Amino acid sequence: MTILTVGSSHAASPQAVSKPLTFLEEVEAATPGNSRLSMCIQCGTCGGSCPSAADMDHTPRQIFAMIRAGLRDEVLSSNTPWFCVSCYYCTVRCPQEIHITDIMYTLKRLSVQARKYDDSRAPDFSRQFITWVENYGRAYELGLMSLFILRHNPFGAIRMAPMGMGMVTKGRLDFTPKSIKGIDGLKAILAKAKELEVSNEV
Amino acid sequence: MKYSFFPGCSLERNAAAYLQSTLAIAKPLDLDFQEVEDWNCCGATEYISLNKTAAFALIARNLAQAAKADGLKEMAVPCSACYLNLRKVDKYLGEDARLYKNVSTALAAGGLSYQPGSVTARHLLDIVINDVGYSAIQAKVTKPLKGLRLAPYYGCFIVRPGFGEWDSQEYPTSLDRLLKVLGAEVIDFPMKAHCCGGHMTQVSEATGMEMIRRLIKGAVDYRADAIVTVCPMCQMNLDAFQPNMNRFFRTSYQMPILYFTQMMGIAFGMDAAALGFGSEFISARPVLAKIGVEAPPEQPAPKKSRRDDKSLPMPKMGEQ
Amino acid sequence: MSEQRIGVYVCHCGSNIAGMVDVADVAQWAAGHLKDRGVVIARDYKFMCSSTGQELIEKDIKDLGLTRVVVAACSPHLHEATFRKACANAGLNPYLCELVSIREQDSWVHTDRAAATEKAKAIVSGGVERVRYNEPLEPLTVPIHPATLIVGGGIAGIQAALEIADAGFPVYLVEKEPSIGGHMAQFDKTFPTLDCSACILTPKMVSVGSHPNITMMTWSEVEKVEGYVGNFTVTVRKRARSVNTDLCTGCGVCQEKCPRRVIDDVYEAGLGYRKAIYTPFPQAVPKWPVIDRENCIFFERGTCKACQKFCPTGAIAFEQQDEIVTINVGNIILATGFDLFDPRRIPQYGYGRLANVFTSLEFERLSNAAGPTNGHVVLRDGVTEPQQVAIVHCVGSRDRKYNNYCSNICCMQSLKFAHLVKEHCPGATVYQFYIDMRTPSKGYDEFYQRGLEEGTLFVRGRVAEVTDAARLPGEEGKLIVQVEDTLAGKQRRIPVDMVILSCGLEPRRGAKELAKVFGISCSADGWYIEKHPKLDPIATMTERIFIAGCAQGPKDIPASVAQGAAAAARVLGRIQQKQIALEPIRATVNEDKCSGCRVCNELCPYNAIVFHADRGVSEVNPALCQGCGTCVAACPAGAISGTGFSNEQIFAQLDGLLMNNISKSSVPA
Repeated sequence: MTILTVGSSHAASPQAVSKPLTFLEEVEAATPGNSRLSMCIQCGTCGGSCPSAADMDHTPRQIFAMIRAGLRDEVLSSNTPWFCVSCYYCTVRCPQEIHITDIMYTLKRLSVQARKYDDSRAPDFSRQFITWVENYGRAYELGLMSLFILRHNPFGAIRMAPMGMGMVTKGRLDFTPKSIKGIDGLKAILAKAKELEVSNEV
Repeated sequence: MKYSFFPGCSLERNAAAYLQSTLAIAKPLDLDFQEVEDWNCCGATEYISLNKTAAFALIARNLAQAAKADGLKEMAVPCSACYLNLRKVDKYLGEDARLYKNVSTALAAGGLSYQPGSVTARHLLDIVINDVGYSAIQAKVTKPLKGLRLAPYYGCFIVRPGFGEWDSQEYPTSLDRLLKVLGAEVIDFPMKAHCCGGHMTQVSEATGMEMIRRLIKGAVDYRADAIVTVCPMCQMNLDAFQPNMNRFFRTSYQMPILYFTQMMGIAFGMDAAALGFGSEFISARPVLAKIGVEAPPEQPAPKKSRRDDKSLPMPKMGEQ
Repeated sequence: MSEQRIGVYVCHCGSNIAGMVDVADVAQWAAGHLKDRGVVIARDYKFMCSSTGQELIEKDIKDLGLTRVVVAACSPHLHEATFRKACANAGLNPYLCELVSIREQDSWVHTDRAAATEKAKAIVSGGVERVRYNEPLEPLTVPIHPATLIVGGGIAGIQAALEIADAGFPVYLVEKEPSIGGHMAQFDKTFPTLDCSACILTPKMVSVGSHPNITMMTWSEVEKVEGYVGNFTVTVRKRARSVNTDLCTGCGVCQEKCPRRVIDDVYEAGLGYRKAIYTPFPQAVPKWPVIDRENCIFFERGTCKACQKFCPTGAIAFEQQDEIVTINVGNIILATGFDLFDPRRIPQYGYGRLANVFTSLEFERLSNAAGPTNGHVVLRDGVTEPQQVAIVHCVGSRDRKYNNYCSNICCMQSLKFAHLVKEHCPGATVYQFYIDMRTPSKGYDEFYQRGLEEGTLFVRGRVAEVTDAARLPGEEGKLIVQVEDTLAGKQRRIPVDMVILSCGLEPRRGAKELAKVFGISCSADGWYIEKHPKLDPIATMTERIFIAGCAQGPKDIPASVAQGAAAAARVLGRIQQKQIALEPIRATVNEDKCSGCRVCNELCPYNAIVFHADRGVSEVNPALCQGCGTCVAACPAGAISGTGFSNEQIFAQLDGLLMNNISKSSVPA
C-alpha cells in the first residue's frame, strides 16, 4: 500500500520586500491578473448577490472595506472566504469589474497561512481533497468523505450512511483510488510550483 | 467533427451516467471525441483554495497534455467546473507574465510546456448547440419529449464568468431552446442560473441544504417534472443530497435530476439503460413514463373583452 | 533664404520648462549654432506670455527688423494666438510667427535633464527651419447669414429658439416628432419644486408656435448640410403628415374615429395607445396630427379612410408626399436630447419578464393625469394600487459594463417618484435603493430632506436582483428586491408590489449618424463633444455649430435651459458681428496637378471638398476647410498643398529636428 503524504498547503514565508506592503497591496499582489480591488465604491452589489451571505460573518463588501482599512487579523479570521461558493454572481455584477471570486481564493490561501480562522472544516475539506490529487492525480471521493467525516462529524456519519449506501448501490463510488500514469511527473510539477511561489513572491 | 475530450474525475464514476449518455449521443451527432492522454484532476474549487501557482500548474498540465494532440485545438468538457478551470487558467497564463513564467518552469520539471491559447476548452453544451446546431439536433429527434415539463438548470460555471460569451450570464437560454427542440415544454425557471452550493453541504450543512432547497422548490413551484443539468456537481447536490435535504427541512420533494445528454438520448429514441438511467437517487421512472402521454389541456383563462381589459401593455422582449 | 532675420524666444514657464530644460543654454545655443540659419537674436525669459514677455518680442521686431519669430514655450493650443497678436501689434504679419512646444512635447514628458535640453534644441531648430518658409497670410472674411437652425424641439431647443427669435432674428426649429416638447412633455412633475411639467412647458411651446420669427418644421429631419461657416445650406425632409395644414383646425375628430389603435412607444413609453392618425398629446404644438403610414389601414390595404370621411374641413391628404426644403442659415444649434437606457440589458432586474417592473418614463406616464391610467399609479393589470414600491437607482449608470458615467438626474428623479407614490397611493411604503444620494443644486438637498420627512425608507445598497422566486414566508406573489443594506451590514430580501427602475440617460440612438451629417464628433459614450468641458460647453470644434441640453451630456431641466440660452447668446453675438474671419490655414488644390481621382473627397472629415465634374477637378472650400491636412497627405498626385503647412515647411521642420541643418563648421557646442 502506498504511503500517503499528507497534502501540504505550504506556509509561505513572509515576503522579503524593500517596503512593507499594505494589506490591500498584499491581497492584490497575491491574486493572479489585475483584480482591481482598489476600485471598490462599496455599492454592495456583491453582498446583495451572494447566495450564502446570510451565513457569513461579514458580507463580501464589508471584507473589502476591512481590507482597505488594513484589518488583516479580522479579515483572515472571518468565515467569509470559506463560505464563498464561487458562483461568480458578484464578479459579473460588480459595476467596477472587480475580480471578487479570485480575491476570495486569495483570502482563503492567506487565511490558512495566517492560521487565524477557527473553524477548520472548510480548509480541511480542501486539504483532504488535495491529498488524493497530489498522490494519485485524481480525486477520490470515498477517501475524501470517509476521512473528512471521521475527523469532523463522526456522529453525523450515521446520518450520512443512507446516502453513502445509495452511492454504493447505484455504482457511483469508487472503492479504490485511480492513479494517472504520469504521477511522478505531476508530483515534480507541483513541487516545483510550490517552491517557485515561495521564492518568487517578491 | 473532432475534438479533444476531457471527462474530469466525476464522469469516471459518480457521473458515469453523464459520460455514458454523452458518448451515446456523440455518434448520431457526428462528434468524434479523443480523450486527453493521461489527464489529471483539475482541482475543482479545492486546490486553488490552498495553492496558487501549484493550482495553475495542476491545470496547465492538462492543457499541455491536450496540446499534444495534433490539430485538435478545441477540447470538449462536459463538467462545468473543469471547463471553468481549464478556460480560466489558459486566460490568466496569457495575461499574467510572472505567473506564466513560474508555471512554465514548473511544467518543465515534468517535461511539459504550454503556450497560452493553444487549446480552447469548450463546454459540451456549447459544442452541441453551436457546432452541431439546433436544426441538426431536431432532425435526429424520433421520440419527442411531449408531455414533459422540464426545468433547464445551468448552474454557475457554465455561464459565469462567461468565457466565449456564448450565452447570457444572468438569463441563459441555450439549454431552454435545446429542450424545446427535443419537444419538451420548458418552464421559465427563475433559479436556472443560481448556485447549487458546491461543497457547502460538507462545510456548513445548513447553508448547503438551503441552497439545494431553493432550487428544488423553485422547480416544484413551476410544476416541473424534472430538472435538467449540465454539471455533475449540480446533479449530485440536487439528486444525491435531495433525501438529506428533505430530512433537514422535513419536506418530501421527489424531483428527478437528469443530464441534458440523457434527455437528448431519449429523444433520439435510445434505450434508457444505455443512457445511464437508474443511477439517480430520485428515480426518473415517472419522467420516462410521462413522455408521449398527452397532458390534460389547461383550462383557458376567461377572455376579457377589450372594454374590460384595463391591463397595460408589456414591453416587447426577444430583440435587443 | 539667409536674408531672414529670425528672433528666437525660449520661455522658462516658471519651473514648468526650466525645471527640466536648461533654457539659458538653449537660447545661447540657438544664438550661436543657428546664426547662419538666420537667427539674429535669441533670448530666454521667465514667462513669455506675460506682457513683458510679449513686449520683448515687439521691441525686437521694431528695433532689429525681425522678419520671423520663433517662440519655444507651451503648446500652440494655448498661446499661439497670444504671440501672433504680439507680432501683429509690432507690424509683423502674425503668420510669420511659430510657436514650438518644449513643454508638453519635452519638459513635461521627460525626466533626463541633459536629454531634454538637447531635445529642446532640436525642437527650436525645427521651428527655425520651418519658419523660414512661412508666408504672410490674411484671414478670410465671410459674411454670416442671420438665420439660425435649431435641431431638436425639447426644452433646450425651445429656449434657444425663443432667445434668438425674441432678439429679432429668424430661427428654423426642426423636430422629428409631430410636436415639439421633447421628454419634458412626458413628465408629470419636475423636481425640486414639483411644478407640473406640462404647465411650465406649454406656454413656451405656444410662444414658439406663434412666434413670427420661428419657422417650426415638425415631423421633419435634417438630411444634408452643405456650404460653409456662416453660410450653411441645409436640406430638410419634411415628412408627409398626410394632413393639409392649411385646412386642419386641430379639432381631433379624425383621431376619435380612427379604428386602428397601436401602442404608443414614444410619448406613452409603450404603456398606452394612440391611433394611426394622431397628435402625441392634447397640448401638441403644432396642433395638426400626422398619419403613421406604417400602421394606417388605408396605406396597408386602401380601405377605411374614416378620418377623411369625418374630417369637417376635408384636410386629410393621403396623396401628400415628403417635401424637401432647403434653407440657408449662419449658425446651427444641436439640441437633440437623450434616450433612456434599455433595462432589458440587465436581466436580473426582470424588466420585460416580470410584469410589475417599470422604467422611469413608464412611471412618469402612470403618474401623469393625462396618461394611460388618468394619473392612477397602478400595477400592470391596470387596476391594482401597489402597497409597497421599490425605487432603484443607477440602472445602467456608473457601471463599467453598461455606462460608466453618472446620469445626473436619477437621484432627484427617484426622490420625486417616492413623493408621487406617496401622494397617489396613500399609505404605501416606499423604499429607495441607492449607492450615493446626489443632490447638488439649489433646493435639491432640501428635497432629499423632504423625502426623509415623508417617510420614504432609504436603503444604501445597489440592488443585486429583482425576482419572483419566493424563498421565505411573505414572499409568495411578490416581487423580491435582494440587496445588501450596506449601512446595516446585512443582505435583505424586501417583498414589494412594484419596482421602478431609475434608468440612466443615453445619447439618442441616431446621434452618431446625425453628428456625421453636421461634421461634429461624439465622445466614446456617444455624447456630442464640446470645445472645452469647463470653459466652453456649448461650442464644438466645428465653427458655428453649437450644442445644448442633454445632447452634450445628461443634465436636468435648469441646466438644459441654461445651455440653450448660452448657445443662443453665442449665436446672437456672432450674428451681430455680421462677418467672420476664418483661419487662413487651409488646403488648396493645384488644379493643374489634380487628376480628378477624388480620393480626397471621401477622406475630408469636414466635407469641405467638392468635385467639379465639368472640369474633372476637386476644389477645397476654404470656409469649411479646417486645415487638418488629411487630403494633403492622401493626394497621390501631390496636387494639394496647405497654406501654413506646405511640404517645404514640413520637410524643413524635419531637417531641423534631425539637426541636418547644423553644419560641421558651426560654433562648437
